[in-house]
Amino acid sequence: MTDPNNERDCTNRHMGCHRMAALTIAAVMLGALVLGAGSVAIAQDSSAIGGGAAPVLKVDTGDTAWVLMSSALVLAMTMPGLALFYGGLVRSKNILGTIMHSLIILCLVSLIWIFFGYSLAFGPDKGGLIGGLDWIGLSGVGSDPHPVYGPTIPHQVFMLFQLMFAAITPALITGAFAERMRFSALLLFAALWSVVIYAPVAHWIWGGGWLGKMGALDFAGGAVVHISSGVSALVCAIVLGKRKGYGTDYMAPHNLPFTLLGTGLLWFGWFGFNAGSALGANGLAGSAFLATHAAGATGALVWMCTEWMHRGKPTVLGVASGAVAGLATVTPGAGYVGPMSAIAIGAFAGVLCYFAVVWKGRMGYDDSLDVVGIHGVGGVFGILATGLFASKAVNAAGADGLFYGNAAQFGIQAVMVVAVAAFSVAGTWLILKVVDASVGLRVSPEDESTGLDLSQHDERAYS
Amino acid sequence: MKMIEAIVKPFKLDEVKDALLEIGVQGMTVTEVKGFGRQKGHKETYRGQEYTIEFVPKVKIEVAVQDSQVQRVLDTITRTAKTGSIGDGKIFVRDLGMAVRIRTGETGDTAL
Repeated sequence: MTDPNNERDCTNRHMGCHRMAALTIAAVMLGALVLGAGSVAIAQDSSAIGGGAAPVLKVDTGDTAWVLMSSALVLAMTMPGLALFYGGLVRSKNILGTIMHSLIILCLVSLIWIFFGYSLAFGPDKGGLIGGLDWIGLSGVGSDPHPVYGPTIPHQVFMLFQLMFAAITPALITGAFAERMRFSALLLFAALWSVVIYAPVAHWIWGGGWLGKMGALDFAGGAVVHISSGVSALVCAIVLGKRKGYGTDYMAPHNLPFTLLGTGLLWFGWFGFNAGSALGANGLAGSAFLATHAAGATGALVWMCTEWMHRGKPTVLGVASGAVAGLATVTPGAGYVGPMSAIAIGAFAGVLCYFAVVWKGRMGYDDSLDVVGIHGVGGVFGILATGLFASKAVNAAGADGLFYGNAAQFGIQAVMVVAVAAFSVAGTWLILKVVDASVGLRVSPEDESTGLDLSQHDERAYS
Repeated sequence: MKMIEAIVKPFKLDEVKDALLEIGVQGMTVTEVKGFGRQKGHKETYRGQEYTIEFVPKVKIEVAVQDSQVQRVLDTITRTAKTGSIGDGKIFVRDLGMAVRIRTGETGDTAL
């Protein structure tokens, strides 16, 4: 729980805390500039060394165009997609603060990724746990393809595509602590989280780490993105505590059309997220595109029917939530399952995630915008479902799941769920404690009732 | 003179207004108000979280009339604002001590 003494202490030092955060960012950027200058020399060195025996990989223009386009699509998921999706769900006094979370995390994590995040996640493997710092400041990451990370696209394009994933993942978590987090705490939390949690988890699964070597299947980020953010969201909701007036005040979404606009942009961007993960303009991209769309549509319809039967009315927010649940759940399997399996996955997502958000009310934590119920539950189920429905007939580079005679794959998927969830819980808890001790996690009760827009940014959305 | 205050469903406003003009009422004041009676508000559900909205939007019509007109106005409002379901609203009648037409300074019934 937030230490009330510290909170009061930090309220007195209110301006000081903010300035400190701003100064820290400035210092990091300055350090990176120095480092960047140094890395130019290193890059030149390594290109001289690497010029020898490595096979020549040819860049494919179609593949490159598709992955560049997909990177832009994933950017649109964070801003304005997720920003509006979350912005519409909060009260009108908090919409700017909420949009700001997604917007500024996109900027902040992009730079971290370029400076050293990418190297930590995808750099040469160190003991299966983390990437080395060989590619710090993107030295050695140029226009030539990497033999493993997309052999037909420039290495830089692969790095950019992954940058967008690194940016959206911490932005997803912000829904859990919406309407009550101090802005300086948000910056510090997002920076630490992307380095301490995201980079290692991405390395374990995609960067040549231990889970990838075990044969764990996560096509576009069911574990890397959705379990890591969903489970961390649960820890955030518990550590920060409920919003003031939770359960008594009227906290209904203030602008559902914004949320629906965000839903549409998320859905649109998800084609880049999942079909782009084929890293080429090919049949696999088409099949992942189809699985993504089928699961999203099914999730929406099944959530609507479940709610209609359970509550008596089909809600528009329910359809939007079901679509996002279906899309999140099919993410890890998108490139390994056929359309019928994708529909089955979407259907389960619609029912499971619906009851997860409904039961949240009884669990006593305030996961304000349902990150746990949709991304956490959807991510866990999606990773396990990949272990059931995956088929080599769809993607020869993948594996067969339990339903195709390979029970071992389901076990590997379960190990991935437990490892990523446990690491996210421990790491996020630690980060929150550090942030609370340094700048304080929550805004003061007065600032909370004023709203983030005025208290954190001196602006209002609607005047 | 009496002041008649009718709290009615918003979508009935036009019908009530037209009927009152027909029986010779010359003016009225209309306000958007919120409140509840036996209808007790309504429920909103967002992702399974229910909110009870106690105060329901209504329209308040105020009409000042001569004593002789009171019954006709009450009958007209009752007839036109009625849907037969709960939440149709209420009418309150009070004594009106004085009325002044600002432009001419006329007072009493002639000012209405």
